[in-house]
Amino acid sequence: MTAFIAFKIFRAVVTLLVTVTLVFVFIRFSGDPAAALAPPDAPQEIIDQYAKAMGLDKPLWQQYAGYLGGIFRGDFGYSIHTGKSALTLFAERLPATLRLGGTALLIAILLGIPLGSVAALNRRTLLDRCVMAFSVFAFAMPNFLFGLIMILTGALVFNTYLGGSSGAGSWAGVLPPALTLGLAAMGSFARFARSSLLETINKPFMRAAEARGVPFLRRLVRHAAPNAAIPLVTLIGLSLGGLIAGSVVTEQVFAWPGVGQLLVRSVATRDIATVQFIVLAVAFTMVLANLMVDLLYLVIDPRIRAK
Amino acid sequence: MMTNRGAGPERAGANILSVDNLTVALPEAGDREFAVSGVSFRIAAGETLCLVGESGSGKTVIADAIMGMLPPQLSVDSGIVRLEGEKLPPQRAAAFNAIRGRRMAIIFQDAVASLDPVQRVGRQLEEILAVHAVPRREWRGRIMDMLEAVRLPDPKNTFRAYPHQLSGGQAQRIVIAGALLLNPVLLIADEPTTAVDVTTQAEILKLISALQRERDASVLFITHDFGVVSEIADRICVMKDGELVEFGTADAILGSPRHAYTRKLLAAAVHSGKSTAGADGKPVLEADRLELSYRLGNMLERRYVHAVRDISLELREGQTLGIVGESGSGKSSVARCLLRLEKPDSGIIRFRGKDVTSIAGRELRELRARIQIVLQDPFSALNPRQKIRSAVAEGPIIHGHRRNDALRRADRLLRLTGLSEQAADRYPHEFSGGQRQRICIARALAVDPEVLIADEAVSALDVSIRAQILDLFRDLQRELGFAMLFITHDLSVAAAISDDILVIKDGAVVEAGPVQDVFGRPRSAYTRELLAAAPRFGGTAQA
Repeated sequence: MTAFIAFKIFRAVVTLLVTVTLVFVFIRFSGDPAAALAPPDAPQEIIDQYAKAMGLDKPLWQQYAGYLGGIFRGDFGYSIHTGKSALTLFAERLPATLRLGGTALLIAILLGIPLGSVAALNRRTLLDRCVMAFSVFAFAMPNFLFGLIMILTGALVFNTYLGGSSGAGSWAGVLPPALTLGLAAMGSFARFARSSLLETINKPFMRAAEARGVPFLRRLVRHAAPNAAIPLVTLIGLSLGGLIAGSVVTEQVFAWPGVGQLLVRSVATRDIATVQFIVLAVAFTMVLANLMVDLLYLVIDPRIRAK
Repeated sequence: MMTNRGAGPERAGANILSVDNLTVALPEAGDREFAVSGVSFRIAAGETLCLVGESGSGKTVIADAIMGMLPPQLSVDSGIVRLEGEKLPPQRAAAFNAIRGRRMAIIFQDAVASLDPVQRVGRQLEEILAVHAVPRREWRGRIMDMLEAVRLPDPKNTFRAYPHQLSGGQAQRIVIAGALLLNPVLLIADEPTTAVDVTTQAEILKLISALQRERDASVLFITHDFGVVSEIADRICVMKDGELVEFGTADAILGSPRHAYTRKLLAAAVHSGKSTAGADGKPVLEADRLELSYRLGNMLERRYVHAVRDISLELREGQTLGIVGESGSGKSSVARCLLRLEKPDSGIIRFRGKDVTSIAGRELRELRARIQIVLQDPFSALNPRQKIRSAVAEGPIIHGHRRNDALRRADRLLRLTGLSEQAADRYPHEFSGGQRQRICIARALAVDPEVLIADEAVSALDVSIRAQILDLFRDLQRELGFAMLFITHDLSVAAAISDDILVIKDGAVVEAGPVQDVFGRPRSAYTRELLAAAPRFGGTAQA
């Protein structure tokens, strides 16, 4: 078991290293940042000055070494536009994103899993079909469309603007964007919960429990739920991993002052350090979430513990 | 060891279970109107009644109906089931929860699957006591006593184990322990030994008989295997297509069956000896000191399973070599090596005298056409979306035959394997297990192989079908002249079809020789153990 954990951690570290390297390579290949930063018709000398200030005149391997070393020292570079460190910029934006993503995930889980379970227990009935139709709809409709409809409704019917930085301060303000994000995720949770529970309640051990005189509710809670939860843990883990990156579009639509908005702006202005940091942070949360799922499996599934 | 403890009308007053005129309707689109029709029987206290029949005969539906667990699409049309004289509640009623597990219990075929995989075994046994309101302080003691009663070697550790850590035999003991924990008056055993090997089967049967005697419980034992029936039945009910066709004491039915169907089932279970064919053909396939280990685990923690140890064999033209062993003995690994699906760690494989141990590419593809395999499960071995003719003709087409020739050959083989003309244009789901196995055999033979490997090819089939398929193998072999490697855990099957036998245990050969010698005068203790464990009739040592 120790070997299993050690192996998973080792793999996580390797994944992160690969990501860091890819980020470095791709940003260098996507055009000359110095040229993008300099005024549109700046002469070559000015561009070169910019490049020198940013260390872009050094050989590639030196840049890479400096970049890697910086990461290990916790120095992620500075935003060219604001002069603040990329870490600070990110940290300023993180709470808003976490509040949005967290609320959305909560909505998805609290609505999706019960809906999926109800559908599974009433399989092939009208209720099942309605729940599944609704979740496919929620899942298939693009985020921004639902968001726009909500903003429009708010403006035309209630005469308010359901978005913007002002909304980020209050819990009521978080609801419109969180619903937009959460409903889409709810669709996958409902479908996953339904198929997982359906598979479990048809397993022989459920029948065997019935034959031992275990009542329905207890069978459901003690035997079906823990077994059906195993694939759902994966989905929750992946959703946690996508918490930061998942809301880019929704943040744009609602003018939400979060990391997603920062990312879009930084990409548009070629703010290398900030983009690098955000991509790293996204990769890191993803890898961390995966690692957590792997470790959680050890707790909930004894068959994996044995390996 | 046939026991017959006072069955019959003189005990009629002490009926534990009575089933009167039970009729269960199938949904409308079914292949017949009733799953079970007009079935009546009684079980007296302490008696074992065997319900015998092939799959689809309605045995399991009866068990479900008694337990109140009929699936919603089936409904009881008429009939009354009484337990100790008291009428049972309607199907699926909540009132059944107080009866199930306490007054009657059932054990199923697959014991490991009957246990919740993420809960410790002990917790699952405790749950039975919990839901039937046994005071918590009695739990530990009652469970430990029960675990000892089912002869589990290490009750303490078993209590803490998870189901996947148990063997099939251990899991079946746990399930039996759970079933008998509250001393029910009736135990229903639905094919409890079908999924385990012969040695375990013998132990489980012995255990059920012993516990039944200790606790004076009645047993309804459901099986398709007359070998098992002869070991434990007091009385027998034979079922066919949902109806009871014959009914009587074990002695009467085993000794002088009246119904033709009973005679057929009995004949299928009796071992038919086979005379050795001319054993002087040229060697087709030879293996010389094969070794194979599987690597398990990940890159940090490696474990090895030594699956094949120093196995040598020789298969001659027209010969049938039976490879016998329990599950996990390495039988299939040998086959995988011979098919070159697995590369042996060392040793040499020769085909027609040529070393084929490490050929590749075109040469290997050519070899594959000459060695074919038929697998155990005819359900997963066929592509559900491919018509039969195309499935059978696919092999020859891939190996360069003209399409029309291949299709003609496919039709001929389907005829040879006893399928009707129309079969070729249908899809696999339209066929029964036995018919599908015929299709798989036709497919294997379509490329005109010189060697046919049958890996547990009849294990998933009912006994009477099994006998037909074995006959088919023999007839086809006579007609087409291929050599056959027949892998099985079932001694009666091996005895019925093989010229020579190789007994394998833990990946190594224990005994080898002509079938009469190996089964008639077994030299190794292991072979004798296997033979003793196999249920059979008449008690003769001759297989």
